[in-house]
Amino acid sequence: MMSEAAVEEAVGAKVDSQPPVKMQGRMVCVYYGDSQALYDVNLDIRKNQVTALIGPSGCGKSTFLRCLNRMNDTIDTCQVKGSITLDGGDIYDASVDVVELRARVGMVFQKPNPFPKSIYENIAYGPRIHGLARTKSEFDEIVETSLRKAGLFEEVKDRLTSPGTGLSGGQQQRLCIARAIAVSPEVILMDEPCSALDPIATAKVEELIDELRQNFTIVIVTHSMQQAARVSQRTAMFHLGNLVEEGDTDKMFTNPDDQRTQDYITGRFG
Amino acid sequence: MSSAEETIHRPVWDSDEMAARRRKRYAADRRLQRYGVAAITFAIGFLFLLVATLLYTGASAFVQTKARVTIDLSSAEVSADDLMGAPWRNIVRSSLLALEPTEIPRSDRRAYFQMFTSSAPFLVRDHVIANPDLIGKSFEFKIPFSDPLDQFAKGQISRDTPEDRRRVSNQQIGWFDKLQASGVVSKPFNWGLILNPDSRFPELAGLAGAISGSFWALLVCFLISFPVGVAAAIYLEEFAPKNRLTDIIEININNLAAVPSVVFGLLGLAVFLGWFGLPRSAPLVGGMVLSLMTLPTMIIVTRAALRSVPSSIREAALGIGASRHEAILHHMLPLSMPTILTGTIIGLAQALGETAPLLLIGMNAFITSPPEGVFSASTALPTQIYIWADSPERGFVSRTSAAILVLLGFLVLMNGLAVFLRNRFERRW
Ligand SMILES: Nc1ncnc2c1ncn2[C@@H]1O[C@H](COP(=O)(O)OP(=O)(O)O)[C@@H](O)[C@H]1O
Ligand SMILES: [Mg+2]
Repeated sequence: MMSEAAVEEAVGAKVDSQPPVKMQGRMVCVYYGDSQALYDVNLDIRKNQVTALIGPSGCGKSTFLRCLNRMNDTIDTCQVKGSITLDGGDIYDASVDVVELRARVGMVFQKPNPFPKSIYENIAYGPRIHGLARTKSEFDEIVETSLRKAGLFEEVKDRLTSPGTGLSGGQQQRLCIARAIAVSPEVILMDEPCSALDPIATAKVEELIDELRQNFTIVIVTHSMQQAARVSQRTAMFHLGNLVEEGDTDKMFTNPDDQRTQDYITGRFG
Repeated sequence: MSSAEETIHRPVWDSDEMAARRRKRYAADRRLQRYGVAAITFAIGFLFLLVATLLYTGASAFVQTKARVTIDLSSAEVSADDLMGAPWRNIVRSSLLALEPTEIPRSDRRAYFQMFTSSAPFLVRDHVIANPDLIGKSFEFKIPFSDPLDQFAKGQISRDTPEDRRRVSNQQIGWFDKLQASGVVSKPFNWGLILNPDSRFPELAGLAGAISGSFWALLVCFLISFPVGVAAAIYLEEFAPKNRLTDIIEININNLAAVPSVVFGLLGLAVFLGWFGLPRSAPLVGGMVLSLMTLPTMIIVTRAALRSVPSSIREAALGIGASRHEAILHHMLPLSMPTILTGTIIGLAQALGETAPLLLIGMNAFITSPPEGVFSASTALPTQIYIWADSPERGFVSRTSAAILVLLGFLVLMNGLAVFLRNRFERRW
């Protein structure tokens, strides 16, 4: 028997030749205490694509992103209604283990936040707590491949034991990406990953995001229109807690349906 | 256009009025600064006065007047089998008499022997027991003078005072002068102050019992308040739901830190001694009572330390699927540990100086041997100071000050360690 999502996936694939849906939000409402931050958001995240979330600040992009791996659970006042699925399974179901969910849906934050430990330890930590490696050589291999995928290995291979906090901002952010990759997630969430970086480091991270798309599904929040245009295939535009419009990035930037999107990407507000 | 410009009132910065106004503001600045300097001078002055007074009265207790005698065991009947039973009193007395070239008449001998500590036979006995190879030989030994002579030697008792108004007789002064002339009198550093237990005789009284009592009590205090405090802080900071109950707990913990310590002493007396039937005067109970006092400090310090770790670290851990306890134990707690340890040391330093609760549970008993562990009766440094301050003998006056200096020394040491740890290991975010 096929799950509902699988059916939809199969049908969707035939109709619009889009990749299958990896995560899906339906009627997602988020409240911080009494104030509502998101209103009935319906959004599909498709496999091996980069989905960009854009919109003026305070519109709920981070809030939505943090719903996707239940990071919002750490905020006492935060309440999530509606359904969010990963491969068809509701991630807010009582039977779901958040530890497993966050291993499958990794996250990279706005400000690079490596652990104040060695570069090696930063990467090896995730695999260790999840039991993904046993021997020293298995760990060595995970560390190396993760750093390679994050395009950082050549720069740091001689100082794996020096603290991760000693790297430059851009390197730190790529270390954080490598750390997320090390637990082999299926989806990687990135919340304005380049906002603390200089243009050159930004370019490197953007290049990296494009490569990572081969193996991972990526959702990225960005306040830079150019960045969204450069790295993403799909774009979702938020405004005041509502999902205004979503669609192919090319179409969104050339011929948006909604006036607010038009205004935003032409820089009239935000 | 031009009329609008004319109506704008521009301040005349270089007018006399404006200059006077600025001068007044600068004067106010300077006045405030002077108040500050005056306040600090005042505070430092008092601290200086305190330490100077203690040094003035206490310094003499750091040396002890002693007489060098020759103990001859070659002729005496001292056998290795029965060292406790040997005639130590006679041996010491004959050595003391040998110091004086002229024969002392029997009627004067009592006054002569009173010049020296009455425990001299025990000191010699214990020395021989510790060094059995001295048996059958003759060796030199330094016998402390008794308190009146010690005070006389240190100038605390003047020979100009009429004889009936001082505790040293003219005859004893005469003997002492002769001893001094013959070069057997010396004033070495008074190790006894630190190595001896308490005694009724000031010349023998020391802080060994009090120091080890304080040590055991602080150890118990640490072993209780550290794990309990850290665990409670982690729960309150990371796991506790925010509701009425946890609010009340939080307020109570903060208020607990302000409860007068004597109240904890009463609690210890009623609960630990009364209900649990734990031994009186024991460092165990002292430590338990002190831990009640340090606990709120520990919790507050640990919570502040955990809070000071940026939430990005917690998010980093949770973001790769660490569970909450892993995020705390692997990342938050190790990062806040230097701050927690610093706070712990300062909390223990506070506990070290705490007197009232220890008095209530009987740690001010007169005990002449250092405690062997947490169960044996003992004093602590502050209670020892209390006992000595209450003793009438002259020698205890300077010893009280000396003991306070020792206590202050330990406090400075602990606080210095805390500062060192903070500067060396604490992370600034
Ligand atoms: N922890 C929080 N508690 C209360 N309100 C929050 C919290 N985080 C975000 N919000 C509110 O939710 C709204 C959306 O915020 P956010 O998702 O961070 O916006 P964006 O990332 O698009 O700039 C804002 O109005 C913000 O004030
Ligand atoms: Mg945001």
